[in-house]
Amino acid sequence: MSAQEKKEDLRIGVFVCHCGSNIAGFVDVAAVAEYARSLPDVAFVDENMYSCADSGLKAIASGVEKEKLNRVVVAACTPVTHEPLFRGTCQGAGLNPYLFEFANIRDQCSWVHQKDKGSGTSKAKDLVRMAVARARMLRPLEKIGVDVTRSALVIGGGVSGMTAAVALARMGFDVKLVEKEERLGGMLRSLHKLYPDSRNSRDVLAAMEQEVQRYPNLEVLTRAEIATVDGFIGNYKISVSTPEGEKEFDAGAIIVATGASPLEPSGLFGYDGKRVITQLELESRMKKGEVKASNIVMIQCAGARIPERRYCSRICCTEAVKNARLLRQINPESAIYILHRGIQTYDTEFEDFYKNARGDLVYFIRYPDDLPPAVDEGKVTVRDATMGEDLELEADLVVLSTPLVPRSDSEVLARQLRVSQDANGFMLEAHVKLRPVDFATDGIFMAGCCHWPAHVGESVSQALAAASHASIPLTAGRVTVEPVVSVVDSNLCTGCGTCTDNCPYGAINKDEVSHKAIVTDVICKGCGICATNCPEGAITINHYRPDQIMAQVRAAFEETA
Amino acid sequence: MMDAGRHPNIELLTLSEVMDLEGEAGRFTATVVKHPRYVDESRCTACGDCLAKCPYKAEDDFNLGLEKRKAIYVYFPQGVPSCATIDREACQYFKTGKCKVCEKVCNREAVNFEERDREIRLDVGAVIVATGFEPYPAGKVTQFGFGKYPNVLTSMQFERMSNATGPTGGKLVRPSDGRHVKRIAFLQCVGSRDARHKRFCSAVCCMHSTKEAMVAREHDHEVESFIFYTDMRAAGKGFQEYIERAVSDYGVKYVRARAGEVSQDEEKNPVIWFENIDEKRVEAMVVDMCVLATSLVPSAGTEGLANALGIELDEYGFFATDPFSPVESSRPGVFVCGYAEAPLDIPESVAQASGAAGKAAEIIFGAPNLVKSERSG
Repeated sequence: MSAQEKKEDLRIGVFVCHCGSNIAGFVDVAAVAEYARSLPDVAFVDENMYSCADSGLKAIASGVEKEKLNRVVVAACTPVTHEPLFRGTCQGAGLNPYLFEFANIRDQCSWVHQKDKGSGTSKAKDLVRMAVARARMLRPLEKIGVDVTRSALVIGGGVSGMTAAVALARMGFDVKLVEKEERLGGMLRSLHKLYPDSRNSRDVLAAMEQEVQRYPNLEVLTRAEIATVDGFIGNYKISVSTPEGEKEFDAGAIIVATGASPLEPSGLFGYDGKRVITQLELESRMKKGEVKASNIVMIQCAGARIPERRYCSRICCTEAVKNARLLRQINPESAIYILHRGIQTYDTEFEDFYKNARGDLVYFIRYPDDLPPAVDEGKVTVRDATMGEDLELEADLVVLSTPLVPRSDSEVLARQLRVSQDANGFMLEAHVKLRPVDFATDGIFMAGCCHWPAHVGESVSQALAAASHASIPLTAGRVTVEPVVSVVDSNLCTGCGTCTDNCPYGAINKDEVSHKAIVTDVICKGCGICATNCPEGAITINHYRPDQIMAQVRAAFEETA
Repeated sequence: MMDAGRHPNIELLTLSEVMDLEGEAGRFTATVVKHPRYVDESRCTACGDCLAKCPYKAEDDFNLGLEKRKAIYVYFPQGVPSCATIDREACQYFKTGKCKVCEKVCNREAVNFEERDREIRLDVGAVIVATGFEPYPAGKVTQFGFGKYPNVLTSMQFERMSNATGPTGGKLVRPSDGRHVKRIAFLQCVGSRDARHKRFCSAVCCMHSTKEAMVAREHDHEVESFIFYTDMRAAGKGFQEYIERAVSDYGVKYVRARAGEVSQDEEKNPVIWFENIDEKRVEAMVVDMCVLATSLVPSAGTEGLANALGIELDEYGFFATDPFSPVESSRPGVFVCGYAEAPLDIPESVAQASGAAGKAAEIIFGAPNLVKSERSG
């Protein structure tokens, strides 16, 4: 603790809330308030019927102004819902909002000790004493902010990448769309017709390419690969290798839309690329009008939902159903079997698509999970799990529905961007349910099959979402974050790298010269992993400094007066 | 919910309905009717004093009839806005002109019996529709005895029952006798993938039944669950792995069969009749409770809202979109997202919601790059 802080004359105000009868019905609020008066440095104590109501907030503000309070403790409900309100009130009255401390005597006292007012009250006193102890140690903090470059980088020029780039260009931002191949289109380029309405992929692609061309602020770089990415949200410095040499530019946000690859099924079901092919190979043959076969057997889950690759690739059932129906249209005499382990046509149109395929006389045979079909010299043998019979099917063409797998270069990209991949190698989102297009790292977003196999429509939704999220910092022009971030004491840091390895957000790097840890505070989330792992104790988290926490812990074990 | 309730740019209009939408993208005028809550949202703190004193009860729709609530009530504890509401149908004052106990006990003078429907006109640039779904009435699928047999519940009822703040405090007990449940049958596709009811697959039920079976085991290690399914639809990220875990770590048993019928024995145990495909015979399984994964359908007001907004529905009753423009309705400037558009799970709904917000922002910010014909303002 510095000498200056010791000198500060502490005047702590404690406001105890009745919350109607919600707290007061089960906790002796007057006794808690009386107790608070006895605590060190407490200069003012008040009881409120509702601290969060206008009258309560006014009482807090006037306490700060008239009583010259420089710390405020509210003993009421939960910081999850009310901390921003009370912090805002403090700030409005001229007090730094980080000099506010909350004691939750509703959830933790009145609600859980409804049958025992005595222990509810004594616990409330304990919590107030702990809050006052911590409040004495609080220090003012200022929000952290940085300016944002109002442009974006989109990596990958398939459906997702094109959609995201166009969406951002329409909002007026400068966009660079970087594609590895010679032309845009990604996987769409290899597809024939699209479900559910048999639209020609060529037309869909042409319309998208045309849209991309329309915006002068959207620049496409083909045969281009990401060389390096440095920086953080709002301030990325990107270097791309192109046939014309290295190109460097800045971006405020990055969208990853690099797609996935179909599994190469070498060694599976006698795959030879001729009479045993993949769905994608079938699509390109259909596109060229080269499918002559009349006895066609499709095998689902070829290389998926097996011990070495446990997941379901989501899109292959609908793709097989679509291709089977198209083949029946091309040659109404053809016999088409789909051997499957449960058809994944969720939703409205996909389910009808499946039902109509049965109407089109596509035969569906379910095989047991543990007994895959066998392919041998133009014959496929399969156990019909429903009928319990072994069948031998003539097949002049076998089509394997192989899963999508992460691209072989996705690991390199993840490392360049300092983002994480999931156990299967797909890009890892910040929250599986609520943040499906965000990486844990601020300023980087994802869309389409790099995240998880997705239908075209789903990829479009995700791309619009990623563009929408990217546009938030780009529109604001500035990002501000909570100052609850880690701080490195460079005198103690030995540059061991434990923190840089463990930081889930890529917020800590080593200084190139001193090799000591440096925190990029706008990226830091204040999670504390670095502080707990630092072998030298060189890292602390603002607002949760050891002296602040220890004061609270010590107060917890003091006797209630 | 808290984020939406607290954001300075979001004004929440609850108990409100859109009646009409005039104009075009960039300059719509929406007519909204805000129905009375009879409690002033700005004064009420949801302290619960009125709930404690209200002498009249009604069916608790949040707990799907598993419990009663008072005529003045808070829909659920974390609800936003955090505020009580008077149920006009159940309130004695509205019936007889006498009572007003809630008004007397309220310290904040928040109760107001004089509130009336209020018409509000909103000038907006874009509209996003996110009206979600509701369960298909389980009683319509008559062969499973819902409404007739007390121990046949819906998934949503089971969700409430397994919740610590639910009607049983999180105890899995039989409505008929309060006995703890040890054997549960979950029936999939109740009204879904069924030509007599809804043709479509509701897309989320295989996973939510799996989750419920796992939760049941967490509540009580002796619980044994059987999931009767058509196809196990588990195509989302991590879903197959989740199902494998349900089998290996939670002892959940998957039975590939569409149950034909549920009957009841003399102890009010549901009896599941199904075809055992491996044994090639019809079998009956006696369980303590049967949980129906009903089809999930567009919410009741969807058709009316489509008329008010002038947008089209698809043949299944969801808001119509082009498969490759999944958040755009048939009317420019009106966007849709979530289950109201098609059966979707949470991450897909969130992605669509963000996408719709981006599309709306494009219009509101004036989209400097739109060509003239697209620009409206």
